[in-house]
Amino acid sequence: MKRTAIALAVLAVGFIMLAVGTLRGEMQIVFEKAATVCLECIGIG
Amino acid sequence: MSKKTTGKVRRSKLFSHLKDAAARLNAATKGPRRALYAIRRLRWLAQAASAAVSNGYLAGFARMKIYSGATKRFCVPGLNCYSCPGALFACPLGSLQAELASGEVRLPLYTLGFLFAFGAVLGRFVCGWLCPFGLVQDLIYKIPAPKKLRRLPGDRGLVMLRYLLLALLCILLPLTVVNIVGQGSPWFCKVVCPAGTLGAGLPLVLFGEGYADAAGIWFAIKVSTLVVILVLAALTYRPFCRYLCPLGAIYGLFNPISLVRLKFDRGKCISCGACERVCKLNISPHLTPGSTECIRCGDCVAVCPTRALYGLPRAGGQKGRVQEAGK
Repeated sequence: MKRTAIALAVLAVGFIMLAVGTLRGEMQIVFEKAATVCLECIGIG
Repeated sequence: MSKKTTGKVRRSKLFSHLKDAAARLNAATKGPRRALYAIRRLRWLAQAASAAVSNGYLAGFARMKIYSGATKRFCVPGLNCYSCPGALFACPLGSLQAELASGEVRLPLYTLGFLFAFGAVLGRFVCGWLCPFGLVQDLIYKIPAPKKLRRLPGDRGLVMLRYLLLALLCILLPLTVVNIVGQGSPWFCKVVCPAGTLGAGLPLVLFGEGYADAAGIWFAIKVSTLVVILVLAALTYRPFCRYLCPLGAIYGLFNPISLVRLKFDRGKCISCGACERVCKLNISPHLTPGSTECIRCGDCVAVCPTRALYGLPRAGGQKGRVQEAGK
């Protein structure tokens, strides 16, 4: 029960971080990186 | 009776005993073996489905152009390069480095949110059931080899390597090694990531337009790294997951508390050792069910005769509890 409670608390923290990160515009940073070819990832950059 | 006849009779009785023993062993292990095969089949299906969903943009493979739609805002749980032509979502490890390297973010809450959520629910179940590169290693491990290694030399030290890669290549270097405008690079993606090489680098360089001319020393380094990992994957189980994957390092920290986790009922354990023998990662599940190394494959749950180990998916095989020893 204790571990489950900790897991649920961590999950809640995760959702809060997602929300705050979205409000801070971090979703756009991720999108811009993911939607264009990452030259470093393919060994060119 | 002559010596020759006596010998024949003895051999015949010996073979008869051996046949009886084999039949009893077969009957006793039939249930656990069936359960083991069933859970492995289920895991294959889950891994294949996850790989298909993560890389379902078939038009990308046809045109060698990556997807740039709305779903690229969201991370999949496993290691899946977002520059793969088929990738529909973002990679959590790549996103973490991208945020830190952007120069705009010191604490990447958005990506950490995904990691905390996946970790809290699944822990390293992601590694065992959802990661496309985990699937690649599982397939490679099926290739016959003269000898399969239970662990690589220096296993204890190597296990810490993934934490070093996480700290250095995924966090410190993207934050600190920056260009004139304050932007860094995703160092793990740049130097190591075999998923990126396999899923993105090789297809784009071999079949895309213009990439082959630009491929140089870094591409060679990454391909060499990929080859080494794949060769090791044929010799030992999941070497990348065990020794190198920073994403596994993160999810492993959630293993002791995640909602999906291996649980152990000490009262039911008969210390048969079946769980230890079946574990390909050299974990003793009955001693450390919350091990940060465990990828929650479910093999130990499948073979446990008394269901002392539980909490993970269980498929087919024994319906009820098997008789305890001596009964």
